[in-house]
Amino acid sequence: MNPLEILAQYWPRLLDGTLMTIKLTLLGALIAALVSPAFALIRVHASPMAQAPLRLYVSFMRGTPILAQLFLIYYGSGQFRPLLQDWGLWTFFRDPFNCALLAFALNSTAYQTEILRGGILGVARGEIEAAKAIGMSRFTALRRVVFPHAYRIAWPALGNEVILLMKASALASVVTVFDVMGRTRQVFSKTFDFSVYLWAALIYLCITAVFVLLWRQAERRLSRHIGARHQAPATVQPLKETRA
Amino acid sequence: MFELFSYGDAGWGDEILRGLAITVQLAIVTLPVGLFLGFLAAAASMSRLLPLRLLGFGYTTVMRGLPEILTLFVVYNGAGLLINAVLQWWAPEAAPTDFSPFAAGVVALGMVFGAFAAEVLRGAFQSLDSGQAEAGRAIGMTERQIFLRIRLPQVWRFALPGLGNLWINMLKDTALVSVIALDDLMRMTKVAVGVTKQPFTFYLLACLIYWAMCVLSELVLGQMERRANRGIRRA
Repeated sequence: MNPLEILAQYWPRLLDGTLMTIKLTLLGALIAALVSPAFALIRVHASPMAQAPLRLYVSFMRGTPILAQLFLIYYGSGQFRPLLQDWGLWTFFRDPFNCALLAFALNSTAYQTEILRGGILGVARGEIEAAKAIGMSRFTALRRVVFPHAYRIAWPALGNEVILLMKASALASVVTVFDVMGRTRQVFSKTFDFSVYLWAALIYLCITAVFVLLWRQAERRLSRHIGARHQAPATVQPLKETRA
Repeated sequence: MFELFSYGDAGWGDEILRGLAITVQLAIVTLPVGLFLGFLAAAASMSRLLPLRLLGFGYTTVMRGLPEILTLFVVYNGAGLLINAVLQWWAPEAAPTDFSPFAAGVVALGMVFGAFAAEVLRGAFQSLDSGQAEAGRAIGMTERQIFLRIRLPQVWRFALPGLGNLWINMLKDTALVSVIALDDLMRMTKVAVGVTKQPFTFYLLACLIYWAMCVLSELVLGQMERRANRGIRRA
């Protein structure tokens, strides 16, 4: 079969897989994004003893293959089946999608925590002092000064992390989640036509490309007040691509 | 519980160590392949010829954007098909052969490593002090001499942290070859799980072994970085 026939025949499956990949990636990244700010604050401010468990967690997540983490959760939960059944959690762990999502969220939380920690450490001291000087409470200073800045500093690195997570999500196919990779392997085992892998590669590249464009758009929005000051003449010229 | 991990017929210690040996072998064989590809791609993307630059850019962009497991499957299945097609044409009566999973792992992981290493090396070459190359030119060194004696020895220092990260990533990515049936640490763990029915224990053990390897690598890399920077004044 030629590559176009493969696509014509199997595009519904590939589309289905694409949606699954996007769902898995975005949900995983989102859950991690909800948890990581608190963790990052602990990593910056808490005493070394209080940080120890968090550091261990981050080191473990960064020092082991995601595939091993996924297997530890998906297959490993089977060892505690009676216990999990008692707690009513077994239905959660029986579903490969849930396990993959949990593994990716846990993994991404570790990376996002470290990235955000770097961002918080990058906020200029003087700005925090200024916030204190005008009488902002600690919480208000975090909300209005520290985090907006930290996120702007961390934004490109966070984007890279989401892309890495998207690539890692292909591992979910190993535990029978039908994402792009899962659908591709399914079609290949049916047709033995190699071109389906090339279509999968194209889909992944397209997802990455679209994501990079959107992320840059958001970055420009986050730092628009800086751009206006440093590139004063740019307001006269038509606004074109400012970043390579 | 510890007899599970003992050496010999009763425990799984020897099987898992054999898997670990394959994992380490794979990583060590992949490293020079990946570095070689990385140098080639970095040279291509810094070339004066536009087609070469485009080739280098295309390779690094595509390879870095694809999931490693997809690259592995493309190489494993694709190279197998290619070899058999060539074999059919060369000697039609020969039996079809399989591309060995180890070779597929080396090629796929090496290609991924090479793409990321190219970017690290390109950055390292570009962060070299251009005044030193000019000084070399001023005292009449040829471009070749400048490259070999001034630029290349210093690239190491700038590239080492990035390459160290890539080594650790690659070490972790070797776990993927278990999916194409290479008997590495991950797959031997799976075999042990299949018999003992203790998935959590054994996958946790595998995780701890990978973790130990990564922490050890970090220590060694830290030492290497200190050594590489021994002649540099701290700002």
